[in-house]
Order: sequence, then C-alpha cells, then structure tokens
Amino acid sequence: MKSAIVIFPGTNRERDMALALKRATGKEPALVWHSGQDLPKVDLIVLPGGFAHGDYLRCGAMAAHSPIMAEVKKRAERGVTVLAVCNGFQAATEAGLLPGVLMPNAGLKFICRDVHLKVERSLRPFTGRYNAGTVIRVPVAHHDGNFYADKETLDRLEGEGRVLFRYCGPDGSPEDVNGSARHIAGIVNERGNVLGMMPHPEDLVDPLLGGTDGAGLFQGLAESLAA
Amino acid sequence: MKAKVHVTLKNGVLDPQGKAIGNALHGMGFGAVKDVRQGKYIELELDERDPKKAREEVERMCKQLLANTVIENYRIDVDA
Repeated sequence: MKSAIVIFPGTNRERDMALALKRATGKEPALVWHSGQDLPKVDLIVLPGGFAHGDYLRCGAMAAHSPIMAEVKKRAERGVTVLAVCNGFQAATEAGLLPGVLMPNAGLKFICRDVHLKVERSLRPFTGRYNAGTVIRVPVAHHDGNFYADKETLDRLEGEGRVLFRYCGPDGSPEDVNGSARHIAGIVNERGNVLGMMPHPEDLVDPLLGGTDGAGLFQGLAESLAA
Repeated sequence: MKAKVHVTLKNGVLDPQGKAIGNALHGMGFGAVKDVRQGKYIELELDERDPKKAREEVERMCKQLLANTVIENYRIDVDA
C-alpha cells in the first residue's frame, strides 16, 4: 500500500501518522505540501491532525480550500481511500468530503486524554480488523470535536451504517466526551472510502506508548489496500 | 467600497460560547438576560464600485468560505 500525508501550514501530527503507516505497511509514506497539486499516485491519502492555517475563522475552513484539496476531492470521487483524523476530519467536512460540522466542544475546553471508542461496524478498508462492538482506547486532543449535523443527516448516517466509531465508557456504553451528536466520533462517506474521526489511532500503535488499540486500523488499511 | 458581513449560528444549533456568556452575565447580576447567541462580524474593503457586483462577490465569499451554511447564516451590508 502506498500512502501520502498532506501537510498544511500548522499541521503537527504527520510524524506519528507516518510512523503508524510505516509500521503497518513497511513503506515510508510520501509527505506532500498543501500548496501544490502534485499528489503522487497512492492507495491512501491522509489528512492528519494539527491546526492548519491557525484554525482561524473555523477549524479546517482554510485548509479545505488549499490548492491540493481539489485533487484530494477528485481522487476521493474516483474511490481512493482517504483517512482524515482530527484537524483532517474538520477540513474534510469543510471541503464537503463528509457531512456535518465539528463545533467547539460543549464544555469549551481543549480535551487531551484517552477515551474509549466502540467500533460500531467492521468495515473494510478501515475497521475490518476489529469486530463490531469492540471497545478500544485511544487519545483525543481537540477543542472542536463536537460533531453536529441536522436530524435527517444523523438518521441517514445511522441508517446507512456510516457511524464507525462512537465515544463510550470502558464497558461500551455510550459516554459524552465533547457534546457530539449521538456520541459520534467517526463517520464514513456514502461510498465508504473516506473516514473522518476526531480521536488519534496513530498515537496508540506501540506498546511503549501505552497500547496498540489503534494499530488495527492501519493493519486493516494495509491489508485492504495491498497492491 | 466596504462590505460588512454578520455570521450567526442558525436557530436550533447549540451555541456553547453564547451559553457561557449568558451564564457569566447572570453571575454578574444581569438577570434580564434570557438567551445569548454569539456570532462573527467581518469587514471587507473591496476594490469595486458597483454595489450590486460587490454584493454578489461577497455572497460568493460567504458561501465558499466566510460562513459554513450547515450551521451558520450570514447577512451582508454594502456601504457605498
């Protein structure tokens, strides 16, 4: 699997993402600056976390209009897999790759801690390595992770099985973290090739860092997208 | 030509910042405050003389960047 990580001015989670991808695929991902359109031919495009363009105006609003995003959208429409984490998720919603908006956390505080997530669905290429209902522990680090969409959109997401991750307690019961509608932590687009999630699976792929609960996502991607 | 844009949250969209401001005002003794909604105000200096064209241009800016129409409304005032 070949992958590329898009870097915006203010992106700061690309290194952990690169390590997680390297570990799962054995290949170094390409790091691509946002200002060009020369995205290499890859099986996976990653929009990583950070504070692109200072998160001024709205989180991800300006990243969504970076020159490279037109190409990312084109590839996504062609079916290329896109993983959008944290600030990347915010940019993906702003760019129209995913529905909804990430609003300021209900408590108005930056939340930086481990949370539990219930894997709602085992769906390739993202969550195929997890069984549905599995509870994993991964960190969040965000100020604007409060997922909002109107009721029809939320119903459609649920009805079409597009909620892949939900915030929960250690026992899997739904738990509020940031005010997200229906405790949603991660969703896919209609076609199932774009995943947006606020938590950071790339930060939990090494026992030295406290666990490997996030590794399954990258192993699953590597398996599903093996060329 | 100057354009003024007010971006406000749509009705029904929860506004945690507005709520926090409301709570603070209550704490300060402003008991009459029933609800607070916080928005954004953006001033644009435009190199354009035709107010109609200016408004259309700002309208496009609002739709593409200045407001997220999933959660926000916008109002444009153009000063000649």
